[in-house]
Amino acid sequence: MPDSGLTPELMKEMYYTMALSRALDDRLWVLNRQGRAPTVYSSNGHEAAQVGSAFALNRGEDWIVPYYRDMALVLAWGMTPREVLLHFFAKAEDPNSGGRQMMAHWGSHRLHILSTGAVVATQDAHAAGLALASKMLKDGRVSVAYFGEGSTSQGEFHEALNFAAVHKLPVIFFNENNGYAISVPQRKQMVVQDISAHAESYGMPGISVDGNDPVKVYEVTKAAADRARRGEGPTLVEAKTYRFVPHSSDDDDRAYRTREEVQEHKQFDPVVMFEARLLADKVITEADKAEIMKKIKAVVDDATTYADKAPLPDADTLGLYVYGEDGK
Amino acid sequence: MAQMTFLEAIRETLRQELARDERVIIYGEDVGVRGGVFRVTEGLQADFGEARVIDSPLAEAAIVGTAIGAAVNGLRPIPEIQFADFIFPAINQIVQEAARMRYRSNNDFEVPIVIRAPFGGGVRGGLYHSQSVEAFFGHVPGLKVVIASTPYDAKGLLTQAIADPDPVLFLEHKGLYRSIKGEVPEERYLIPIGKADRKREGKDVSVIAYGLMANLALKAAETLAGEGISVEVIDLRSIRPFDKAAILESAKKTGKVLIVHEDNLTGGFGGEISAVISEEALFYLDAPIMRLTGPDVPAMGFSPPLEHAFMITADKIADAARNLAKF
Ligand SMILES: Cc1ncc(C[n+]2csc(CCOP(=O)(O)OP(=O)(O)O)c2C)c(N)n1
Ligand SMILES: [Mg+2]
Repeated sequence: MPDSGLTPELMKEMYYTMALSRALDDRLWVLNRQGRAPTVYSSNGHEAAQVGSAFALNRGEDWIVPYYRDMALVLAWGMTPREVLLHFFAKAEDPNSGGRQMMAHWGSHRLHILSTGAVVATQDAHAAGLALASKMLKDGRVSVAYFGEGSTSQGEFHEALNFAAVHKLPVIFFNENNGYAISVPQRKQMVVQDISAHAESYGMPGISVDGNDPVKVYEVTKAAADRARRGEGPTLVEAKTYRFVPHSSDDDDRAYRTREEVQEHKQFDPVVMFEARLLADKVITEADKAEIMKKIKAVVDDATTYADKAPLPDADTLGLYVYGEDGK
Repeated sequence: MAQMTFLEAIRETLRQELARDERVIIYGEDVGVRGGVFRVTEGLQADFGEARVIDSPLAEAAIVGTAIGAAVNGLRPIPEIQFADFIFPAINQIVQEAARMRYRSNNDFEVPIVIRAPFGGGVRGGLYHSQSVEAFFGHVPGLKVVIASTPYDAKGLLTQAIADPDPVLFLEHKGLYRSIKGEVPEERYLIPIGKADRKREGKDVSVIAYGLMANLALKAAETLAGEGISVEVIDLRSIRPFDKAAILESAKKTGKVLIVHEDNLTGGFGGEISAVISEEALFYLDAPIMRLTGPDVPAMGFSPPLEHAFMITADKIADAARNLAKF
């Protein structure tokens, strides 16, 4: 691997973002179980894939088109914990949707996070389209679509890859393969073992990477982004990972996977492993770690309190912004 | 002022917009080298290059889905769906994504795209090259649905659609492409979306229609004028938003309303117009609100007798309006 530019400082920031996301995620589940918010979609287990890829891009400048699994990603991209909690509690000040969308439907024009709905795989074509504009306008941006492996059964995934390949677009299709689509395991979803295998049909490189290792994910994503910026076209990246929690707060994963299986994967918990590695490599010390944890606790508490107190949207706003004349 | 066919008016509008705004791009199946299967985009690739007039892969969801992304990132895409009959692979992108983007993001994003699609029958297109799809899309808040009836209107409405900050479905009746001519000014002009046009003034019966049907209604009105029946023709020009005020004004004036569309009856847009009139102008009416529409069969038959039986004609409109006048 050529020098990827991943400095100790950046690694420390990556670790902070991953640990912050995990702590925030834990808080969301507590708040949900307390009955204070109806729905959690979790990035728990996916932190290395999301944060590692984000750090390889121009965060806030390149375009990302996330899906509901991507809280760690949007945090890495510049969304604040307060903003995440405002969205979670469906408050008026939620920058993603003003309280209109259920949790984890991210979007921020300021941060170049394209607004997302709930229909899986539609975002793949959006990323290709963003990249089509970048290519024409020569703005130097790369666009990245994020999606689960289950969503690759949709035709729109394949249409988007093909379109992007034909037009050599500066786009990365970034798959977070956690082995399940809600309850359906990968073997019932498809015959291929690797999502990256689809790349061959579309004449683009496809790479599978250990999605629990943020450094490897960073390097692979960096190479794909460099390739895109050189005008060489799209790349399909598959980050193999695992989700440690149910699909959402309405799911009970005991119905489709054993506790032993989940436990087994916990050995490869990306947050725990990266922390151990940074300690071993002396990128951080135990004292740094304690300080980071203290800071995270304060940030999560602050976000919770702030968002809890923030006002809900006014019912009178229901009819606003159907069309542009309404205010833009 | 130049005389142009409906098709030429659309082509020249596209040419004008491509020339004045570099952000405008056109793409779809066969729109480049071939100039589209109806030749609407003929010559545009030669004039503006392959980067701006793009032959895209045969994949409607990708065509609309990428247009959404491109619009967000600064372009003004005008994707073409080759036939409205084949718009359904893209309905997910149109309804769930393009139409909801502004609303779901609380006005943070907008999707300024114009999806052009030829529609309608009477051209020996059979089941899958004749469909009218406006009722499906007219149901969708966040989307605009425009259907022009004259070359002049086509230019003004298409120009407005391209300038519009929201997604517009611009439906072009295939039967109009080469069958009508009209004056079209060379300079750029806009016709607001949501304003109907009273194409003929009358006092006995109001016919409310759009697209090809507005033209047929005018013919019928001419026939009936010879019989002493005065028919008013309201051309809606768009069905979302639609011009309630113009409909109500005409209904109140004549007291007799005939709604005409080629799309089939049940759940068709005529039902909506009828509901609005009955809600807001009931006591002005002198007769039941009538609908003359395509029949409730899955789509248009191919063989001439089948096609003819499906299609609305000026004679059928004249018959229906005559009966209504006598009521
Ligand atoms: C088109 C569509 N069908 C069904 C659903 C309901 N649904 C939401 S998530 C999901 C599973 C997706 O699994 P995967 O793509 O692997 O992503 P993961 O949640 O595992 O990250 C399903 C079936 C949906 N959102 N969209
Ligand atoms: Mg999955």
